[in-house]
Amino acid sequence: MTSIQPEVVIADGPAFLSSPESRVPSADSAFVVELTAFSGPLDLLLALIRDEKVDIYDIPIARVAQQFLLRIRTLGLNEAADYLEMAARLMRIKAQMLLPRPDGDAWEDPRAELVRRLLEYQQMREIVDVLEHRADERRRQFARAYVQDQAAPPTAPLALSLSELFAAVDRVLRSVRDPHMHDVVARPLDVPAAIEVIRALLALKMRLTWTDVVRADAQPWQVLSALLGLLELARLGELRVAQPRPFANVEISRDPTSEAA
Amino acid sequence: MTPLAKLLEAALFASARPVPVDELSALDADASSAEVRAALDEIRGHYDAEGHGVELVEIGGGWQVLTRPEYTEAIERAQLAARPQRLSAAALETLAIIAYRQPIGRSEVEEIRGVNVGSILKSLNERGLIDVVGRAEGLGRPLLYGTTPLFLEHFALRHLEELPRADELAIALRQPLADAPPPDASMSS
Repeated sequence: MTSIQPEVVIADGPAFLSSPESRVPSADSAFVVELTAFSGPLDLLLALIRDEKVDIYDIPIARVAQQFLLRIRTLGLNEAADYLEMAARLMRIKAQMLLPRPDGDAWEDPRAELVRRLLEYQQMREIVDVLEHRADERRRQFARAYVQDQAAPPTAPLALSLSELFAAVDRVLRSVRDPHMHDVVARPLDVPAAIEVIRALLALKMRLTWTDVVRADAQPWQVLSALLGLLELARLGELRVAQPRPFANVEISRDPTSEAA
Repeated sequence: MTPLAKLLEAALFASARPVPVDELSALDADASSAEVRAALDEIRGHYDAEGHGVELVEIGGGWQVLTRPEYTEAIERAQLAARPQRLSAAALETLAIIAYRQPIGRSEVEEIRGVNVGSILKSLNERGLIDVVGRAEGLGRPLLYGTTPLFLEHFALRHLEELPRADELAIALRQPLADAPPPDASMSS
């Protein structure tokens, strides 16, 4: 709908999206713009109005709309929506301006809402300038650095000398009434020997009891060896272990099936 | 310095944030807030008269000891402290609108800026410069945003009233700020 006028200069290559300083001067004050330098469609529109040196209350909408469309030709998809909405709005206003105006003062300027928004935006930009200036001032001063809360105060290092340590050990040793040190020698269990004893006993008798296997004066290691040997033989199926009632003597018998095999 | 001034100086040194006058008054049960203010003036005068490297400033609804601007570059060069990052233009615009129109919803900010501001609101919120202050009446009960004490601190403001008033700006606001009705009333498009 809008043909691009030949007098508008659009630089080729990367220069088109470079810094604002690289504007290409031309007789028609056409320029090259970096669109990402604008923070939105209103920002771009304000820049156009400034550069075209037109009255904000009497915007030549056809010219501005055309310039606007020119600028947004290189938009990426992500930012396009906001700008396209404004482009559509401009085209609608342009169309409304072309309609014949009714007589009298009933005519409402279709640009009024746009002007109101532009003025509002302009004012907000002034506030931004104030805020930016203040933030820069504040950045020139440092406050006390943030100190992270410590979970627990660090423990103080021990104040102890070597001679004090020796004295303490000496006191402990003196306080022990019977200093006799007993050496405990671990006695290993002898399960294979216990198994041999049980097998030999079973070869003599069909049935045994626990007291046959373990003598009354047996040491704990002998009792444990016999118990483990019994369980091992039961696991292998060479014998059966039964206890008729709790605490009764354990009865051991040759397994009939293993005998058959 | 008076004993009260020394006490306040110690408290201000210990705090990483600006300390409001009522919190400073709590340090000494006998001190009235007028006495506290006098003591603060005394500290500030002491720092200024004796040419200290720090100064006492009223900022963000409280008082804070700050290094003097002339030492900023030396401190930064020595990497003892780093200046906070500058905000982008988009973030500043969004903040300016919220500062003047708070409490304000996302759609109203977008109407003024003409762009989507969802992600900017989120990051401003994460940086602690704005916060959700309520919900609007009406469809969807949208969240309303307002500025935080950190916002004041960031822009070296004592309070929101220190922002330039409408009549101080080159272009008049749609409505004067002082007796502004709730922001919804003006939004008729």
